[in-house]
Amino acid sequence: MRKSLAIVAGMIAAVAVAGPAFAQKQGGTLKVTHRDNPPSASIHEEATISTIMPFMPVFNNLVVFDPKDKINSPDNIVPDLAESWSWNADRTKLTFKLRSGVKWHDGKPFSADDVKCTFDALIGKDDKTKDLIRKNPRQVWYMNLKETTVGSPTEVTFHLGRPQPSFLSMLASGYTPVYSCHVDGRAMRSKPIGTGPFKVVDFKRNESIKLVRNADYWKKGLPYLDGIEFKIVPNRSTRVLGFVAGEFDLTFDSDITFPLLKDVKSQAPSAVCIARPQNVRSNLIVNREKEPFDNPRIREALVLAIDRKPFSDILAQGNDLVGAAMQPPPAGVWGMSSEELAKLPGYGPDTAKNVADAQKIMQSLGYGPDKPLKVKVATRNIAIYRDPAVILIDQLKKIYIDGELDPIDTTVWFTRVQQKNYQIGLNLTGAGVDDPDVMFFENFYSTSSRNYTGYSNPEVDKLIVQQSSEADKAKRMKLVAEIETILNKDAARPTILHNVANTCMQSFVKGLTLQDNSIYNGWRFESAWLDK
Amino acid sequence: MGAYLTRRVLLMILTLFGMSVLIFVMLRLVPGNIADILVDSAGIVSADEKAKIVGELGLDRPIFEQYLQWIGGLFRGDLGFAYVSERPAIEEIAPRIPVSAKLALLALIYSVILGVPLGVISAVRQNTGLDYFLRVMSLSGLSLPSFWLALLILMASVQWFGVIPIYTNEPRSLLDEMLLLSVPAAAVGFRSSALIMRLTRSSMLEVLRQDYIRTARSKGASQTAVNYQHALRNALLPVVTIIGIEAAFLIGGLIVTETVFNIPGVARFLVEAILWRDYPIVQNLVMLIAFIVVTVNFLVDMAYMALDPRIKYAD
Repeated sequence: MRKSLAIVAGMIAAVAVAGPAFAQKQGGTLKVTHRDNPPSASIHEEATISTIMPFMPVFNNLVVFDPKDKINSPDNIVPDLAESWSWNADRTKLTFKLRSGVKWHDGKPFSADDVKCTFDALIGKDDKTKDLIRKNPRQVWYMNLKETTVGSPTEVTFHLGRPQPSFLSMLASGYTPVYSCHVDGRAMRSKPIGTGPFKVVDFKRNESIKLVRNADYWKKGLPYLDGIEFKIVPNRSTRVLGFVAGEFDLTFDSDITFPLLKDVKSQAPSAVCIARPQNVRSNLIVNREKEPFDNPRIREALVLAIDRKPFSDILAQGNDLVGAAMQPPPAGVWGMSSEELAKLPGYGPDTAKNVADAQKIMQSLGYGPDKPLKVKVATRNIAIYRDPAVILIDQLKKIYIDGELDPIDTTVWFTRVQQKNYQIGLNLTGAGVDDPDVMFFENFYSTSSRNYTGYSNPEVDKLIVQQSSEADKAKRMKLVAEIETILNKDAARPTILHNVANTCMQSFVKGLTLQDNSIYNGWRFESAWLDK
Repeated sequence: MGAYLTRRVLLMILTLFGMSVLIFVMLRLVPGNIADILVDSAGIVSADEKAKIVGELGLDRPIFEQYLQWIGGLFRGDLGFAYVSERPAIEEIAPRIPVSAKLALLALIYSVILGVPLGVISAVRQNTGLDYFLRVMSLSGLSLPSFWLALLILMASVQWFGVIPIYTNEPRSLLDEMLLLSVPAAAVGFRSSALIMRLTRSSMLEVLRQDYIRTARSKGASQTAVNYQHALRNALLPVVTIIGIEAAFLIGGLIVTETVFNIPGVARFLVEAILWRDYPIVQNLVMLIAFIVVTVNFLVDMAYMALDPRIKYAD
């Protein structure tokens, strides 16, 4: 009897485990809306979801955040092109054992040389004649990488200047695919070759990006889909109406705002819409080199004047998240708790007191209701930037700052900021990986090419390096909180809010896990399938 | 006539030359170039990387040299390389022209077929209920922005029929394509048809009061013959002028309609190219549009002679 029960239990367990595998259906083309033309197809050269979402399925990384897990954390990194990895004793050498038998989409074999070639290009040690990448927005991610060496066709070692536990997290990002050595940069920008589950058929500007199943994919049986078609539909109303009419199966990532969500749900009640944080934060940028914002007292007043709740209520029906630079928990792995946050200037619950304190500072500097400080509030001339900027202008009035919106053509926004041709501004910043190394090195390290405001604090630089080298997570989190406190006090791109938005799919789209702490990861689509 | 034609052709060439200089210089006066934008789009502020791209694209050469290279290429049929896609500009532009041309032609046909007869009806039935109705319709056509009308059409289609008439896949046949384009063409042509209707109506009213119309009626000509053979032909001159102007103006309407209906035409592509400062695309497309406008104007002038034999162009 016991034996029979054990057999039945075993069968039930086997069915439970194998069940989803039997349920998955092969075939079909997933139709996805795309909001605009990606600048190019080369992931390493771009810093936008417009490139990542359609082209991540073309590639593989060495390692990747577990696509089945919603939260990207160092604890859920799984092998991809690498079968395994190991650190040396002082954690400055990271060696990967690579899979054999993997082929590029053109049939050529993948080897350790391709890994070396990719990372040599990223640290500027590549063969310049190959022009594998011509822009390198994430150079700062690899500033600790000194060299990549090939042990054998299936073994590659990264040599770091100092221990950096987060290096593995950066390798797991959607922004870190392995490129092929035998294809030049121009091809990678227009019709890239990868080892991933889908091949590029066509990238027609203003029209579509078509991907087709890679029948030789090294993960046998995957992908389930025959293909993916991204239709470039710049008009949001058309995109949403197309989704509602069933023309598209999946919306572009985070394309459905909370006001739009109501319409979608009423017109397409069967649609599955997932609200999730994007790890994209709105923040205030201050030109600290020009009067009057070279005065730390005024910067302090600015930090106190930000009342976050109205931003969230007006723009996201109260769904946006309050946090410092790092995305707050539970979706964020490294963010400060609400109790810790409340201790930072401007984050306390008594917003009236914060404003009163800011007013006192402004009055002590000679400003008041009859003598406001007139400034221009620069921002990128697109709605997602302009809308919070207008609310910011309204809030600044309370502390005697009379702001005028200065919408900057989106194509020259960073150039204007780089030239310090602004007083204060409103910016949006996304994090490729929810990791302090990515956030702090990119945005606040004094020599970073993406430190647009030119913020420079030797103490912060030292702390950034210190936290980066720290292997103990608890100790590292303390250092992160310390850095956040200094950044907030220095008004270094103080965060307004972390955005939350919706991505919708038809009910028959299965096997796609949207990740909660970075919109740039989890778009491999290899396990996605259509239940129809 | 021969000398007149020669003068007109020379004038057209001069106009196109002026346009080429103007667009070339203006594009370079607009803040930001492709290098700024490519680097900006990656969110980095690297002067070295910008300089590298500027050098690669030859944007650091004297402007006169760049202009000569472009014009020389035009004469050889070489439109240069698109900066963003890094493909020959002709490969980017050529497939999009027929799509926009068909849409523009359909819109024009729609506006003429609807505008002229309704204008005539409105004039001959002046101050009747039908006239008031048509005048209100034409006013709404002039007042409704085409993007708004286009969105209303899309919303109504989804709401009532559960389908959306947007361009998602390449049509399989010409008939499919025409059916697909007919809805956006109606959205674009509605405004033009309203304008043509109003102009036809006022022009017809003026002609219908002329003595020769009274004479025709007194001779016993039928109402239809009076309206269409005697009145309409003479009333058409200003209408033809406005159709010519509208043909050029349609390109502006196409930009919005192509965006809303997601049509991969040349007008939407032009706006995209302007935003990216993709000079080879913008220069060549603007020249193409200038050529079309100049040619249409020329054809309109020629049409005057066909419509009114009294008009002669002196040598």
